[in-house]
Amino acid sequence: MNSFALFFVVLFYLALLFLVAHLAEKRRSKRWINNPYIYALSLAVYCTAWTYYGSIGVAATSGLNYLPIYIGPIMIIPAWIYINTRIVRISRVNKISSLADFISLRYGNSRSLSAIITIVCLLAIVPYIGLQIKAISETFHLVTETPMSKDILTDNATFVVVLIALFSSYYGTRYVDASEKRLGIISAIALESFLKLFFIIILGFFVIYFAFDGFSDIYEKASKFEDFKEKNTFNGIEGAMNWMVLCMISATAICILPRQFHTAIVENRQEKHIRTAIWFFPLYLLIFTVFIFPIAWGGRLIFDGQKVNPEFYSILIPQHFDNTLITVLVFLGGLSSCISMIIISAITLSIMLSNNLIIPYGLLGKLKSESEEQNTRSITNIRKFSIFALIIMAFAFYKYFILKTSLDSVGLISFVVIAQLAPAFFGALFWRRGSYKGAVTGLIAGLVICYFGLIIPQYYFSYNQEFKGVIRDMYDAFGFFTIPYLGRIPQIFFWSMLVNTSLFTIVSVSSKGNYRERNFAELYVDIDKYIQNHENAFIWRGTAYISDIQNILERFLGKSKTEQALRIFNLKYSIDSKTETADSRFIKFSENLLAGRIGTASAKILIEGVTKEDKISLKEVLNILEESQENISLNKKLTEQSEELQKLSDDLRTANESLIIKDRQKDDFLDSVAHELRTPITAIRSAGEILADDDEIPFDIKQEFLNNIVTESDRLSEIINDILYLDKLQHGEISLHIQENNIIETYKKALNPLLHLIQQKNIHLSEVNLLNQFIFEYDEARMIQLFQNIWGNALKFTEEQGTIQTKLFEKDQKLIITIFNTGKHIPEEDLEMIFDKFYQSKNQNILKPTGSGLGLAISKKIVQAHGGSIKAENSGLGVTFTISIPGKIKKENTHEVEHH
Amino acid sequence: MKKIIIADDEHKILMSLEYSFKKNGYDVYIARDGMEVLDFLKTMVPDVILLDIMMPNLDGYSTLDLIKQDEKLKDTKVIFLSAKNNPRDIEKGLEMGADAYVTKPYSIKKLMQQIEEMF
Repeated sequence: MNSFALFFVVLFYLALLFLVAHLAEKRRSKRWINNPYIYALSLAVYCTAWTYYGSIGVAATSGLNYLPIYIGPIMIIPAWIYINTRIVRISRVNKISSLADFISLRYGNSRSLSAIITIVCLLAIVPYIGLQIKAISETFHLVTETPMSKDILTDNATFVVVLIALFSSYYGTRYVDASEKRLGIISAIALESFLKLFFIIILGFFVIYFAFDGFSDIYEKASKFEDFKEKNTFNGIEGAMNWMVLCMISATAICILPRQFHTAIVENRQEKHIRTAIWFFPLYLLIFTVFIFPIAWGGRLIFDGQKVNPEFYSILIPQHFDNTLITVLVFLGGLSSCISMIIISAITLSIMLSNNLIIPYGLLGKLKSESEEQNTRSITNIRKFSIFALIIMAFAFYKYFILKTSLDSVGLISFVVIAQLAPAFFGALFWRRGSYKGAVTGLIAGLVICYFGLIIPQYYFSYNQEFKGVIRDMYDAFGFFTIPYLGRIPQIFFWSMLVNTSLFTIVSVSSKGNYRERNFAELYVDIDKYIQNHENAFIWRGTAYISDIQNILERFLGKSKTEQALRIFNLKYSIDSKTETADSRFIKFSENLLAGRIGTASAKILIEGVTKEDKISLKEVLNILEESQENISLNKKLTEQSEELQKLSDDLRTANESLIIKDRQKDDFLDSVAHELRTPITAIRSAGEILADDDEIPFDIKQEFLNNIVTESDRLSEIINDILYLDKLQHGEISLHIQENNIIETYKKALNPLLHLIQQKNIHLSEVNLLNQFIFEYDEARMIQLFQNIWGNALKFTEEQGTIQTKLFEKDQKLIITIFNTGKHIPEEDLEMIFDKFYQSKNQNILKPTGSGLGLAISKKIVQAHGGSIKAENSGLGVTFTISIPGKIKKENTHEVEHH
Repeated sequence: MKKIIIADDEHKILMSLEYSFKKNGYDVYIARDGMEVLDFLKTMVPDVILLDIMMPNLDGYSTLDLIKQDEKLKDTKVIFLSAKNNPRDIEKGLEMGADAYVTKPYSIKKLMQQIEEMF
C-alpha cells in the first residue's frame, strides 16, 4: 500500500479520535459516555501492541506462554470489587491523581518516596512506550512494504509519533487538577479498545474461514508440526512453574501499572462501575486469547519455512492473501493498542513527573509567589511538555536501544520493574505497620536486582553484544542463586520480590514509623470508617492561620474558588466564618485542594511553609486515633440515641396531640354539662321567683310551679348521676357482674316499669323471639338499663299509636337484639353521632331530651363493656337499633327455660 | 298593650315566662320552635321577641336571620334567651343583630325591666 495513502488513513483515524474526545468532553453527562462499559473498555488499555503482535509471536514460537499475560489478570480482577473499591475511595478522599501519590501518601506523604516511585515508573514505562512506537513504525513499513528510513526526519513513522504526542499533550492536560476525570480521552480510549477487539475478531475469522477451512482444519494441519505438542502443554512441573510466575507478574501488573492505575482508579467516576468491569474486562481478555491461537498457528502454517517475524503474522497473513482492507484494519487495531497505551502512560507519567518530581524539587518556590493564572499555566505547560518529551524520549529510546529486541521481553521487563512497587502498594491497603523505611529499602533492593538481572543483560547485550571482565565475574558469583528450571524473567521476579517483600516487612517491623505514616496507615486500612469525615481522621497539631493558608490556596485555585471552598468547609463542619486559626481538618482540607494540582507531597510542603506544626509522638497519635475511633463509635451510638429520641419525641407529639383533642373534648363536654344543667335550673329559678314575688298567684298555678320545681330538681339529679355513671363506665370503675342469665327474664324485668308510660302514649308494643335457648352471659342490671335506655329513646320519638318492636335472635354465636320504633328518620350523617354525649341537645333539629341526654352514650358504653356493638339504622317507617352481644352461649335444656 | 312572642322548647320555662308577662300587661304569644314564631309573624308585628337558641326545626339564629330580612319588623326588639353563656356565643348573637342577649338562668324581674327600658 502506498505510504501516503496509509499516512492519510492514520491521519483520518486520529481525527476520528479527536472528534470522539471532543464530543465526549462537551456532553459529559450523556449516557453513552457516562456508563460502566466505557470504564470497562478503557481498562483494555492493558492490551497493547504486545497483545496484538507480541503474543502471537509468543504463541507461535513458545506456545502456551502467551496465556499468563491474560490469565493472571483474569484471576485477580474479581478481587477488584474489594481492592479497587477501597483504592478508589482512598484516592477520592485524598484527591490522589497518580500511583506515586497513592503509595507515597500512605508512607507519610513523603516527597522522596514519591520521587523514587516516579523514577521507577519512568524507567519501566518509557522503554515500554518505545516498544509501542517500534510496533507502529515497523508495521507501518510492513503495510506500505517500504524499507525503514535511516533518516528520522524523512521517516513517515516519525510523523505519526509526533501526531500522537500532540494529541495526548493537548487532551491530557485539559484540567490543571490532575484528579479531574478526563472524559474525552477515556471515551476515545474506550472506542479504540472496542475497535482493536473488533479488528482482531475480523482477522481471526479471516484466518479461520478464509485462509483455512475452519478451526479444526488449522488444528489438524498444525498438529503435524513436530513441536506442536510441546508448545501446547505446560512441559511438566518446570514449565508450569514458569507459567505460574508469569501469571503472578501479570496479575501484579494489571493492578499497579501506572496506566492501569490511571484508568481503573483516577478515572473511575462511580464505584459501581467496578462491578461491571470485573466481568466485562475478563471477558474481553478471553475473547482476545481465543483468537490469538488460530492466528499464530495459521501464520506458522502459511509461512512455514519462510523467514518472517512471527510477531507480525497478523499483518503478514492478510497481506499474503492480498487483502488490503483487512491488512489496514489490523494495522489500525495495532495502532489503536499502541496509541491508547502511549497516551494514557504519557499522561499519568507526566502527572507524576510534574507533581512528584519537577514541582516539589524545583518549582515550588516559584509557584508560591506567582498568581493563580500564572501557576495554572505553568503547571499545564509542564505537563504538556512532559507528555511530549516522554513520547519523544521513548521514540529515541526505541531508535537507539531496542531496535532488535522482541516486543514480548521488553513488556515483561517493564512488568517486573513495576512489580517492585507491589509490596508497598498492597501493604498500604492491608498492613498498618508498613513503614516508609521498609518500603524504600525493599523497593531499592528489588530495583537493584532487576537492574542487574534484567536491564543490563537486555540492553547491554542489544547495544554492545558482549560483556566481559569485572561484570562477568560478578554475574558468575551470583550464578549460585540461579534456579535452574525458571526462565530469566521469572527468576529475577522471584528473587527481587522475595528480597523486596522481606526487607519491607523486616525493616517495617524493626523500626518505628513516623506518626504521619501511622496516621495515613489508619486512614488507608480503615477507609470505610473514615469515608464520610476523612478530615477528622487527619492528625495535626500546631499553629496555623486561615488567612495564611487561604493566601496559598488563592495562588493555585484563584480567589473565587478558594472562597467557595472555604464556605463549603465551614458549612460541612459548622464553623464560624470569623474563625482565625486553622485546625487539623482545615489543614487536610487545604492539602486536598492543592493535591490534585501539584501532588500530595508538594501540597504538604506548601502548607507546612505557612504553618508551625508541633511534634507529636507516635504514642500520642495512636491515642488520638483510638480516641477518634471511640468517637466514631460514640458518634454511632449518639446517632442511634438521637434516633431513639426522635422516635420518642414523635410518640410524645402524637400523645400530646391526642391529649389536646381529649382536652378539647373535655371542654366541650363540660360546656354541654353546664348547658344541660342550666335548663332545669332556669325552670326552677323562674318558678321560685314567681312563687316568692307573687302573692296573688292562683292556687292551681302555684301547684303547677311547685310541681315543676320538683320534677326539674329530679331531672337535675338524674343528669348529675348519669354524668358520674358514664364517667365511671369510661374509666372502668364499674365492674360487670357477668353471670349466666335468662334473657327473657331480663327483658321482662326491664319492661315492667315502662308499661305504664307505653300504655299512656297508646303505643303498640310487640316482641319476636327467635331464640333456641335463652341462657347467655351478661351483667343483668346493666342489661336492664340498656333495654330501658333504648326503649326510653324509642318512646320519646314514637308518635301516639305508633309501634315499638323488639326482636331477639342468635347469629354467629352472638345474641342480637333489635329494637324498632316508628317515627322520624335520623339524618344519615348523624347515625353514628347519636351515641355521643349530649348529641340531642347539640343538634338543634331534634327534640330536646327529656332525660339527661346521656342515655344512648351510656348504652353504647354498656354494650362495649360486654365486648359487643350497637348501631342505629333508618328502616322503613322508623328507626332500628341493633345490639349484638357475644355471650359465651351456654346450651341449656329448653324445658328448663320454659319452666322458668 | 305590647305584643310579645316567647319561643322556647322547654315547656316549664315557657310557662313561667307566659305567666309573668301576662301579669305585667303583655299580649303573649307562645312558640315551641322557630317555625311557630314565623307563623305568628305572618299575621302580626310584635314589639318584642324572646328567642331561645337551641330549638328543634328552626333554631334561634336562623329565626333571627329571617326576622332581620323583614322590613316591617324593623322596630321589633329581639332578645336571645339562652343557656349558652360563653362569650363567643354572646358575641355571635349580638353581632347577628339581637338587641340583647340574656343568659339562663335569669331573673324574670330584671328581664322585664330590661325590656321596659328598651322603649
